Amino acid sequence: MTFRHKHILGIEQLSKEDIGFILDTADSFKEINSREIKKVPTLRGKTIINLFFEASTRTRTSFEIAGKRLSADTINITASSSSVVKGETLEDTAKNIEAMRPDIIVMRHAASGACDYLAKRVDCSIINAGDGAHEHPSQALLDMLTIRQHKGRIEGLKVAIVGDITHSRVARSNLYGLTRMGAEVRLAGPGTMMPPGIERLGAKVYHDMNQAIEGADVVMMLRIQLERQGKTLLPTLREYAKFYGLNTQNLQLAAPDALVMHPGPVNRGVELSSYVADGIQSVILDQVENGVAVRMALLYLVLGGEQAE
Amino acid sequence: MKILIKGGRVIDPAHGIDGQFDLLIDNGRISKLDKNLAADGAEVIDAQGKLVTPGLIDLHVHLRDPGQEYKEDIISGTRAAVAGGFTAVACMPNTKPVNDNASVTRYILDKAAAAGFCHVLPVGAITQGSKGEALAEMGDMKEAGCVGFSDDGHPVTSGELMRRALEYARPFGMPIIAHSEDLDLVGQGVMNEGFVATELGLKGIPWVSEAAPIARDVMLAEFTGGHLHVAHVSCAAAVEIIRAAKKRGVRVTAEVTPHHFTLTDEAVRGYDTNAKMNPPLRGAEDVAAMRAGLADGTIDAIATDHAPHHIDEKNVEFNIAYNGIVGLETALPLTLRLVDDGVLSISDAIAKLTINPARVLGLDSGTLEVGRVADVTIIDPQLKWTVDAQKLVSKSKNTPFDGWKMVGAATHTIVAGQIRYQR
Ligand SMILES: [Zn+2]
Ligand SMILES: [Zn+2]
Repeated sequence: MTFRHKHILGIEQLSKEDIGFILDTADSFKEINSREIKKVPTLRGKTIINLFFEASTRTRTSFEIAGKRLSADTINITASSSSVVKGETLEDTAKNIEAMRPDIIVMRHAASGACDYLAKRVDCSIINAGDGAHEHPSQALLDMLTIRQHKGRIEGLKVAIVGDITHSRVARSNLYGLTRMGAEVRLAGPGTMMPPGIERLGAKVYHDMNQAIEGADVVMMLRIQLERQGKTLLPTLREYAKFYGLNTQNLQLAAPDALVMHPGPVNRGVELSSYVADGIQSVILDQVENGVAVRMALLYLVLGGEQAE
Repeated sequence: MKILIKGGRVIDPAHGIDGQFDLLIDNGRISKLDKNLAADGAEVIDAQGKLVTPGLIDLHVHLRDPGQEYKEDIISGTRAAVAGGFTAVACMPNTKPVNDNASVTRYILDKAAAAGFCHVLPVGAITQGSKGEALAEMGDMKEAGCVGFSDDGHPVTSGELMRRALEYARPFGMPIIAHSEDLDLVGQGVMNEGFVATELGLKGIPWVSEAAPIARDVMLAEFTGGHLHVAHVSCAAAVEIIRAAKKRGVRVTAEVTPHHFTLTDEAVRGYDTNAKMNPPLRGAEDVAAMRAGLADGTIDAIATDHAPHHIDEKNVEFNIAYNGIVGLETALPLTLRLVDDGVLSISDAIAKLTINPARVLGLDSGTLEVGRVADVTIIDPQLKWTVDAQKLVSKSKNTPFDGWKMVGAATHTIVAGQIRYQR
């Protein structure tokens, strides 16, 4: 199979075959990460710029390691959105960075659509590392890789995603990806955090978390962005934890071997109790590990790589 | 100087006229309307196959002058107006400085007169600086030439102030033009709240943020007897509120823009900032409600909300792009589509662009009555053309209709007996 996408702007653009191919490629890259010398010459001479307008140590580091393991030159640019204040537009920034002739720009931005914007204006490949509340494709792919690894499949699984669905790019990307791969996706969250029409994307919507996780094979908890909730979306964190937090008790409603996932970083005692976060069902650290392999696969594939090493 | 417009289909909705007539203009006024008029030294315009209508009137434009002439100025804006078939435009006061006193009003009128393209009808601010704190000098502005009052761009948040504005403007016979928006409910929203916003991950603006303040203002109009004109209606609930109020006899009128009866929020896909406006493009059921409201008379007028912005203000991430689109040069063909779609008769469509806006503003125009100032638009209803944003006369090119195939355009725009535009 050939991978025909120059950019990875969102899971929405990817077919079931594309996703399967990326996951297979990532699987083959995982082996490199367990070698003693964790480096292959695949992208030698290629330049990757990590252009982060929003702080994210995890995602940035993961992309950086992925690039380095493939022998690419990776450069981090932390552009504060204050450059807008200084009068430099995103287009200026993009043109300047493009003049340095990178092969790939990995971009994170607070504005939904910012990666689409960039992709229309530069020649190199763009990988979306999270744009506003729109998509976070590499996160969804590493989530799917983790699920596939533990369950052997995605098709037919029941996956509950719990938290602030409205503002979550992780939820959107996973919803596209998981439904496309044949999973049943259930979304749960307070009424203030459920965006209109989301069920049209193939999800079942619940406001009672217990109903959503009942019999679920995977329980994916979303991070509550404390700074983003303002004063109107939820009364207190205490109440949120009571109704929408995962603990040892309500976890028993899920399938006995259900996986517990979280995109990190966890607000302990809010989305997850520490027992659950560190418990036997938690695959949170596997997600982090798989992140490197998935990002290696993406970097490799957008530059036209055809078969995994 | 005389102009004889021969053989056109004359439509004057104010007098129920629709038929083939010759129209003679003499000394800036409508002189004769009859069959087989003799040229008698007049310049003759052959209007065979064309519509001859009262000059189009746009209730709601932003000329950006004074203060933001890099987007548009009174000269370029009025040139765009006549190119679109408009002989008069009412300009909103959110200029820099705000048109909240007679001296700014006079500046606008003087510059418009010097430009000489079309009539400019200044709308004064309701409150000083449009800050929503104290009433502006409405009487003085009326004397200087204002035709109505609005804090367009900003809602009048205080119910008390809105009440007083309606009471104060009433004896002056002036409408209060409401830009209806509950800013708390709008929050950080940048497009219509709904499925498309959910998919795009953009913050939504719920329809209730528009409908709730309209409900308040309609009740205040009922309470005070003042004339409320609701600008740029965009949601089905607002149409319903206005329809019910009209049935009760409340003095409320309303306008809709061509983009709100043509486009849905689907136009935002791809994060097209030329589809970003306030109020936002809504859902299909709202567009249907706009059309139903036009058809049954709930919505009186079609107005463009012509809002020019510089390319640098649109060529940015969707979140930070400015709201608004230019509309003067695309309004007429988009309105004629309503006739094709069976929403309006041709006469009703012309009424929404002529006599109805004139009535909203209490103007002495909008008809072809003999003796009136000769503001006349000649329309070729069959003319096929394609919108090319770069070729727009307006200084700004922010239109979501770039590349659209249009049918119908003004071929002559005659203002006070002078041909100000000819295609
Ligand atoms: Zn407005
Ligand atoms: Zn306006």
